[in-house]
Amino acid sequence: MAAFGASVNRARQSRQARDRAASPAPRTLISSVALNRPRGKITYRVVLTLVIVVFTLVFIGPMYFLFTDAVKSTQEVIATPPTLYPHSVDLGNFGQAWSRLDVGKMLLNTLYYAFGALVFQLVFDVAAAYSLSKLRPVLGNVVLFLMLATLMIPVTVLVIPQYVTVASMPFVHWDLIGTPEAIWLPSVANAFNIFLLKRFFDSIPAEYVDAAAVDGASQLMILWRIILPMSRPILAVVSIFSLVAVWKDFLWPLLVEYGYTPTRETLNVGLWQGQVGVPENLLIAASAIAAVPTIAFFLIFQRNIMAGLTAGGIRG
Amino acid sequence: MANVLTGAARRVAAPSAARGRRPVSLLPRARRNAGAWAFLIGAVLCFSFFSWYPIVREVIMSFQKPVYGGGNTWAGWSNYIRIFHDPTFWQAWRNTLEFTLLALVLGYAIPFIVAIVLNELRHARGYLRILVYLPVMLPPASALLLFVYFYNAQYGLFDDVLHFLHLPTSQWVFQPGSGFISTAMVSVVIASTWMNMGGATLIYLAALQNIPGELYEAAELEGAGIFRRIRHVTIPQTRLILILLLMLQVVATMQMFIESFVLTNGGGGEGNNTLSVVMLIYQYAFAMSGASNYNSASALGVVLLLVLAVFSGGFLWATRERG
Repeated sequence: MAAFGASVNRARQSRQARDRAASPAPRTLISSVALNRPRGKITYRVVLTLVIVVFTLVFIGPMYFLFTDAVKSTQEVIATPPTLYPHSVDLGNFGQAWSRLDVGKMLLNTLYYAFGALVFQLVFDVAAAYSLSKLRPVLGNVVLFLMLATLMIPVTVLVIPQYVTVASMPFVHWDLIGTPEAIWLPSVANAFNIFLLKRFFDSIPAEYVDAAAVDGASQLMILWRIILPMSRPILAVVSIFSLVAVWKDFLWPLLVEYGYTPTRETLNVGLWQGQVGVPENLLIAASAIAAVPTIAFFLIFQRNIMAGLTAGGIRG
Repeated sequence: MANVLTGAARRVAAPSAARGRRPVSLLPRARRNAGAWAFLIGAVLCFSFFSWYPIVREVIMSFQKPVYGGGNTWAGWSNYIRIFHDPTFWQAWRNTLEFTLLALVLGYAIPFIVAIVLNELRHARGYLRILVYLPVMLPPASALLLFVYFYNAQYGLFDDVLHFLHLPTSQWVFQPGSGFISTAMVSVVIASTWMNMGGATLIYLAALQNIPGELYEAAELEGAGIFRRIRHVTIPQTRLILILLLMLQVVATMQMFIESFVLTNGGGGEGNNTLSVVMLIYQYAFAMSGASNYNSASALGVVLLLVLAVFSGGFLWATRERG
């Protein structure tokens, strides 16, 4: 099977090469000939302008208000009719929102949960996928089947028994509620990641592993020195999925990290909680602060994120 | 299991296994398996605790009730009977169905149409793609709080726009009324679609780019107009992805939680008209007055699981490749 991460890169390079060569775009629904007729040209221009204007309004418009309302005064935010741009810019709102909602702490919490979950997933899921793909222990196929079967179970359905289990782990009787492990450890039980990783490892020829084993490398060494360096594309996809999943999750962190002083909430839960008793403009300022890191993350990694989305498969 | 002797075992096992002496004796094989299981065990433990065991436990809990003073006892079908007699149960199902259907009309059709249009444009492709996907990356609470503000009946932006256009204003999410297509639920769907449509759009775009251009060429030569080309080339060529996303979307929207939860500040709207099934699970377990009841919540979870399983199974059966 082709290593699809690599094939995405190749496709991207060839697309760039094609763009550079300025050869005609591949044939789509409407032919270039039709577009080059005078009527086609006009229609295309009109449609293009419309799409750009409408999309900018629909998708950037709300975000425009997210950032401009954040610097308005409380009176101005609730004024009728609304002001299209802030008449009095009060950057102090960000500072107030920061201290009032403890945004910095929530931001750190969320990052801590997200990167912790990433580390746990990379260690355990990569090891498991490597074992299932290359070491093939007895009952390995049964384990793989049971893991993939969990993909059929919708996540929210299980929150109650999961919560009860995390509150008192069987045999060991740990109470993980309110600890970061309550987010980290369940995130490892991610069949989709294991499936993606195993499928990628399957595409790496067994000769590499055998040759290294003949040279006396341990399995850990083979995984670390040979398999992982070849698997960068899929590791990037899995990492992005895992970070975004923790970043966007709401119900589970609401159950296991909510209601502590000092706060252990994630951003999402903390912002939701702020709806009670925090003035509208400060709440919007806090939402804007919360949005900045993700927007930056997205703009920096958008190529990888979009490639991962379409190449790494489909998810919810 | 034999994974206790891993460290030493692994060091010896690999080379001898790789040389592959034909009559494999028992000891190296055991060692190799122990090594392999050492890699597997972390994930298996996490799956056991947080996935496999909760699945079994949910079913068990749904047939139990707590005993005064601690512990559980069997309760037969009483949890199920209780939730079936709860009028909120039926309302939550009706609302969830309403949300799913409305989200199909908006959230399923729009991304496909948008993808078709974007695929035809020769300019600003990267920009438009980023635009569509940007809301997906926002923290959901940020996006939804923005809509809370837009929907606000006193000073919300949407009412101001309606006012400006001399149209009757609305309470949006808090609009009372429980018709099957209620304003309140439509408001939830609008926010949800805005937040989530980017993913589906990009997946469709990728699928559209894989359609061979010759098919369009041939269809055009046969005299097919744009809409017939969409119907006879685009849709059949993307059929698999359309079916798959339809199923995933229905399963995802049936589990709607955060949208209604944040927009109504945890309440479920006027007269519970945006309360979803998962919100009701949450309410049964944590927010009911008196004893919070994990067992009723588990019973409801089992019902939701069965409904989704029957739907997915039936859907896959109905859309299977024939011939």
